Amino acid sequence: MAASDYILEMNNISKSFPGVKALDGVSLKVKPGTVHALMGENGAGKSTLMKCLFGIYGIDEGEVILNGAPVKFEDAKDALKAGISMIHQELLPIPYRSVMENVWLGRYPVTGFGPFKFVNNKKMLQDTKAIFEELQMEIDPTTWVVNLSVSKIQSMEIAKAVSFKSKIIIMDEPTSSLTENEVGHLFRIIKKLRAEGVAIIYISHRMEEILKIADEVSIMRDGKSVGTYPAAELTTDIIINKMVGRDMSNRFPPRGNVPSDEVVLKVEDFTSPDPKSFKNVSFDLRKGEILGVSGLVGAQRTELMETIFGLRPLAGGKLWVNGKEETIASPTQAIRRKMALLTEERRATGIFGILTVSDNVLAANWKSYVSRIRLLDLKRCDKDVRKSIDMLRVKTPSGKAFMQNLSGGNQQKVIFSRWLLTEPEILILDEPTRGIDVGAKYEIYTIIADLAKRGKSIIMISSELPEILGMSDRIMVMCEGRMTGILEGASASQEEIMRLSTQFM
Amino acid sequence: MAQAESTTTGITLWKTAKDFAAKKAVLLVLALLVIVTGIAQPNFLSYDNLINILMITSVYVIIALGEGAILITKGTDLSAGRVVGLTACVAASMLQRSDYVIIALGEGAILITKGTDLSAGRVVGLTACVAASMLQRSDYASRIFPDFPAMPLIAPIVIAIVVGLIVGLINGGIVAWLKVPPFIATLGTMTIAYGAVSLYVDRPPHGASPIGGLRDDFTNVANGAIPIAGNVRLPYIIIIATVVLLLMWVILNRTRLGKNIYAIGANPDAAEVSGVNVNKTLIVVYIIAGALYGLAGSLQAARQGSATNNLGYGWELDAISACVIGGVSTTGGIGTVGGMLTGVLMLTFMNNALVFLNVSPYWQNVVKGIIIVSAVAVDIRKYLKKR
Repeated sequence: MAASDYILEMNNISKSFPGVKALDGVSLKVKPGTVHALMGENGAGKSTLMKCLFGIYGIDEGEVILNGAPVKFEDAKDALKAGISMIHQELLPIPYRSVMENVWLGRYPVTGFGPFKFVNNKKMLQDTKAIFEELQMEIDPTTWVVNLSVSKIQSMEIAKAVSFKSKIIIMDEPTSSLTENEVGHLFRIIKKLRAEGVAIIYISHRMEEILKIADEVSIMRDGKSVGTYPAAELTTDIIINKMVGRDMSNRFPPRGNVPSDEVVLKVEDFTSPDPKSFKNVSFDLRKGEILGVSGLVGAQRTELMETIFGLRPLAGGKLWVNGKEETIASPTQAIRRKMALLTEERRATGIFGILTVSDNVLAANWKSYVSRIRLLDLKRCDKDVRKSIDMLRVKTPSGKAFMQNLSGGNQQKVIFSRWLLTEPEILILDEPTRGIDVGAKYEIYTIIADLAKRGKSIIMISSELPEILGMSDRIMVMCEGRMTGILEGASASQEEIMRLSTQFM
Repeated sequence: MAQAESTTTGITLWKTAKDFAAKKAVLLVLALLVIVTGIAQPNFLSYDNLINILMITSVYVIIALGEGAILITKGTDLSAGRVVGLTACVAASMLQRSDYVIIALGEGAILITKGTDLSAGRVVGLTACVAASMLQRSDYASRIFPDFPAMPLIAPIVIAIVVGLIVGLINGGIVAWLKVPPFIATLGTMTIAYGAVSLYVDRPPHGASPIGGLRDDFTNVANGAIPIAGNVRLPYIIIIATVVLLLMWVILNRTRLGKNIYAIGANPDAAEVSGVNVNKTLIVVYIIAGALYGLAGSLQAARQGSATNNLGYGWELDAISACVIGGVSTTGGIGTVGGMLTGVLMLTFMNNALVFLNVSPYWQNVVKGIIIVSAVAVDIRKYLKKR
């Protein structure tokens, strides 16, 4: 096939972030008038690749060829001008403005002369209506965006892409918050756009959807291309196989922990007040056990764990710590019951970037250093901080260094130190190795294994299947807020976990 | 080879100088002010003027030197004489407004939590009037409470502090529980405090007239001093300010409360996950600040021998300015007691120098405004680079 048959060619794209190679020689070729699905596990590099295409990230190596000519986008504006639109995973319209103002944001039609230009609301209304009619969307262009449903907002974003006369539209998990009817409507719009020669790059985890709508499927794994296949030749099993198959030798330390039969945490029928979140989740955690929690984005694993830790409200369900029924309404209460939570968003809810490493280590535990005269025993603080830094081998000039100057892996170790100082019995680790380079990952695994060996009980959420399989005694799988199964770590397979993760999709 | 080395040294020096200029622009402006003032008005640096100020406020010179050392030692351009001039002026200005240091401390603690307190000035006015109204001389003709019994000196001061504390509690409650942004919450209580003080002083038959005729033992608190030797004496008000400075330093650096205050300012969500009671901490910070305003109000009334409902107008903005100049970040989590003190010294010193130069008060405000904006514009560069 000649090169000109493709509307878009991304050749050998590489992109590194400090400590991580996110993309390693990835290629993607898209034909006009097709739906091209991009698939891969969480963290395989799909979103990074799309951000590179859209000009949000710069490219280290490789070339992007659009309509046969090489292009280089400095920012999203360049990409939009060149006919590429992206409908983001999290849509970001301006809520308290009208639909049409959102569609034409930054390029309102104007009338007037010289420097006296006024927004031409009449033309804007007509143009918006024309697009909506063409796409058979029923949205009032003058209503405020805040009044629209998620699916209508998405339609609006698609209309916006059409208004740019985009030839390539990227859709990142477009159906993740849509009902079945709404998905049907979205597919009709997609088919209409395809018939007009628009290429759609469609990112999704949902196998059945992909097989229904896609013409071609490109699969990525660990920042590399696996291949591109006609959708007609694929089945769910083949896709899963291609997404997960990889070498797993020596990536994890020997564990050596012996889970006992003693249940330290029991959760029964946990249900969130948010109907879109988790419901009726029950599980237990044994002493000295590592319980892996697997699932795809949107499985509500984080929400469940944060509720257990008292950060979110609970609608129904019971909880026992060491056989005693408890209500945990705040992190303070959770900490008092010897629990610890390492959050998923390290930057947002974990670190204090502008404070020192020392203050970060001690943040959850100042209480233990208050002397009889109510002052802090800074000498003992210093001693313990130094001990923690040495024990977890945190690479920092001293405890006085600012947290924001440490690498991701070392920041994570500091947060481990913080929680270890509180002497917890139950540690909830939410994506403990996210954004951490391979070497530091191994050290984190060693810390986790060591804790379990010392009789601590650990819940580890992870979106990386090898990590789940390599570290867990048992694996709890969630899908769309429900628990779909608990597997024995020794006998579980990636395929089985993947199937349970997509059970309701 | 040797030449290459000296060139490298030259470049390094130039770089260091440029770095310094960028980091300490405020200080350079002040140095310039000292030099210009000294040249234009030699009296400003005269032995008599300097020694007189130094004798009166010897202790404060030591404090100013201690706090100023961090800033001034980097200023290789400043000759020793100019340094003496600077510190002398600083000391002189401190004597005038040590109550102002106290207000700035309260405001600074709140800024660290990413908040702001616009009610500071009005609370000072309110508490000043409360204290003053209870401490008028029994023979004074237009007493606000004609039949008020004589009470021990400490009682009205404590009452003033309690009034400030209550306003602080209200501020903290609105911010922590109702989640109203501090700017709006304290804008409201600022207005309320002004209304309250006006109602308080507006008593027939005198109307809203200044509360004067204060007892001598009261005015002595702010104007008196412990004689040491000859002309050397130690004013009470400076002792009080020093104690407050030390207390705040201890709270921010040596207590769990202080560490939690920094944590909330740096990342409130991470603080919550770490088990910090965010609401309680915020309320306590506002209460401490309110109590400090109350103390400052009493001292101010004593110092000027009277109080009006308009006392303290705009002081909150001066206090915020001082903190910001002293390196307290309005984005929270950054700021030290030393910095706050330095900021106050900077502002008051600048005012004095401008007075010496016979600059019109209107121009003083223009200069002050420029310094505030420049200080923050330079300070923020440190953080912009990291993105």
